[in-house]
Amino acid sequence: MALAKIKQDATAERLAGLTLPEGAGWASAARKDAVARLRQSGLPGRRDEYWKYTDPASLAQAGAIPAAPFPTEESIVFGQIDRLKIVFRDGVFDAAASDDLAMDGIEIERLCEAVQKDIHWAQEYFGVLEMRGQTPVERPLAALNTGFASDGVVIRVTGKPTRPVSLIYLHDNETSDAILHHVIRVEEGAALTLLENGPAAARLNKVLEVDVAARGAFRHIRAQGRDPERRAVTHIFGRIERDSLFKSFTLTANGAMTRNDVVLEITGDNAVAHVAGAALGDGDFHHDDTVFITHDAIGGESRQVFKKVLRNGATGVFQGKILVKDGAQKTDGYQISQALLLDGDSQFLAKPELEIYADDVACSHGSTSGEIDDDALFYLRSRGVPEATAQDLLTRAFLAEVIDEIDDPVIADDLLERLGAWLQRRG
Amino acid sequence: MLEIKDLCVKLAEEEKQILKGVDLTIGDGQVHAIMGPNGSGKSTLSYVLSGKGGYTVTGGSARLDGDDLLGMDPEDRAAAGLFLAFQYPVEIPGVGNMTFLRTAVNSQRKNRGEAELSAAEFLKVIRKKAKTLKIDAEMLKRPVNVGFSGGEKKRNEILQMAMLEPKMCVLDETDSGLDVDAMKLVSEGVNALRNGKRSFLVITHYQRLLDHIKPDVVHIMAAGRIVKTGGPDLALEVEKNGYADILKEVA
Repeated sequence: MALAKIKQDATAERLAGLTLPEGAGWASAARKDAVARLRQSGLPGRRDEYWKYTDPASLAQAGAIPAAPFPTEESIVFGQIDRLKIVFRDGVFDAAASDDLAMDGIEIERLCEAVQKDIHWAQEYFGVLEMRGQTPVERPLAALNTGFASDGVVIRVTGKPTRPVSLIYLHDNETSDAILHHVIRVEEGAALTLLENGPAAARLNKVLEVDVAARGAFRHIRAQGRDPERRAVTHIFGRIERDSLFKSFTLTANGAMTRNDVVLEITGDNAVAHVAGAALGDGDFHHDDTVFITHDAIGGESRQVFKKVLRNGATGVFQGKILVKDGAQKTDGYQISQALLLDGDSQFLAKPELEIYADDVACSHGSTSGEIDDDALFYLRSRGVPEATAQDLLTRAFLAEVIDEIDDPVIADDLLERLGAWLQRRG
Repeated sequence: MLEIKDLCVKLAEEEKQILKGVDLTIGDGQVHAIMGPNGSGKSTLSYVLSGKGGYTVTGGSARLDGDDLLGMDPEDRAAAGLFLAFQYPVEIPGVGNMTFLRTAVNSQRKNRGEAELSAAEFLKVIRKKAKTLKIDAEMLKRPVNVGFSGGEKKRNEILQMAMLEPKMCVLDETDSGLDVDAMKLVSEGVNALRNGKRSFLVITHYQRLLDHIKPDVVHIMAAGRIVKTGGPDLALEVEKNGYADILKEVA
């Protein structure tokens, strides 16, 4: 079907403002393919089913809407954790601020350097997992990313590095428009914990491609920056093989517009995939978690747990899908999305989907939205707890279940304590 | 201590008058009991005193040591020394019992301009008080009232009372759902808190509880009013003859 004229024009306008990076090396072919995919699908529009609840205009349009960096006195997220730091400032790698990239059991390179090598492991993955994730649903902003990403890292994990790798995204420039693309390969039996935090830019388009080999483990914890005006569209494309583990947790607080897509393919038997997110939105906040997990192997377990706290007119969206392919017997799929609406102006839109072609599976899903429980609130107040503190306690309790999805108690505590402070700073 | 005058209350959402002029004065250190048939307004009285939403006060007053209770937020009433032991304690998933109690104790101290208790100080006090109520460390760790048996919930109420050290305690059908042993344990907990300064208002259907918590004064409530007041013997009379005779007598 021919692309609508309006989409063609919007896509042409966007493409006119972008240039394929020079020195793309072996990535050239993948980048050109991605641009071709983008031309074919066009940029997303409000009428696309997949963007029904989130207006992609500000994420897709030619220029980024400026966003002022948010000054804060708070301690840095993950600041207490011993980690290997890789810093990007407004979407550009900052070598001076980063640690030495060498560590036992892991190879880390900047994307622009990796592509210059004649033979490189990442060639098998760059743009490949993204392309696989384009069916059955097109994800044009991810194709745009593969085509035009200006920076990123490629990480190959061969052992069990002692420290987590921490990607830190600083935002200084109020008009920055960053496109970052990372590729991660966890080899057989290897394990990586990846941390990500920071607002990154006025507008961020980020793709993370993760391939986990048999018995490998990938744990991902990210905290998206607090700049109230920042915008972001992120995609995680994961493929996980036999007996592997994939866990991803995202905490989002503030930001004018956030769309987080997670696209996972379970290709090996008995693999486990958990995707979780907590979001706190206040006022001009639109937050969309879109998850698509495909079971294409026997005995897979997938779990989606998302909770959002919304107030002052904030909007939360959850689109979660579990696709169980023919033959993916003994699949155990679970999905829950819940919103706590702190006032009548906020809204939560949820679209849970199950599509199952195997006959011996257990899949369940649920979605709720509600207010703070009056009885619990009164009980706390009757014991002398002030109303605001009681609300915070109950809100934290609501989010505690999803924070529990994080394996590492030190990291979980870091985020839980932060929640306390973020909740207290209302308005 | 507590002075209630001509208190009239209706449901906020509908024109249904529940309390129709309640008069009640409780002196320092006294224990008063309120008995009465279902629907007489006993629980409403306890909720209105503690500040629960859903009710509109249409007349009268309630003062705690001279302070106007009805004008205060629930948390301020608590800090002023009022405590309600709930008939149905609320379950709060995700909030640890210990965190809850410490937040409550320190919120009240802060409200009164007193220094907050440190974690160590708090722990020392709560361990001792929990032990006498047979509340183990596991119950303190669990989320507030979640998965507690009826008896455990009521013991937890009394533990809160012991920790918060209120001056005016309202017990709303604390005996409901308790077996004989649990009732004894809860009553002992209450009796241990009795002193010349602390007053109690015990709401109950049954005389049985009053064998354990001996009242100074017994009131009979019916149709939104206190219709009869007497000594402990009045409770025995109710137990023996039911409410019908009394209601006929005052009608």
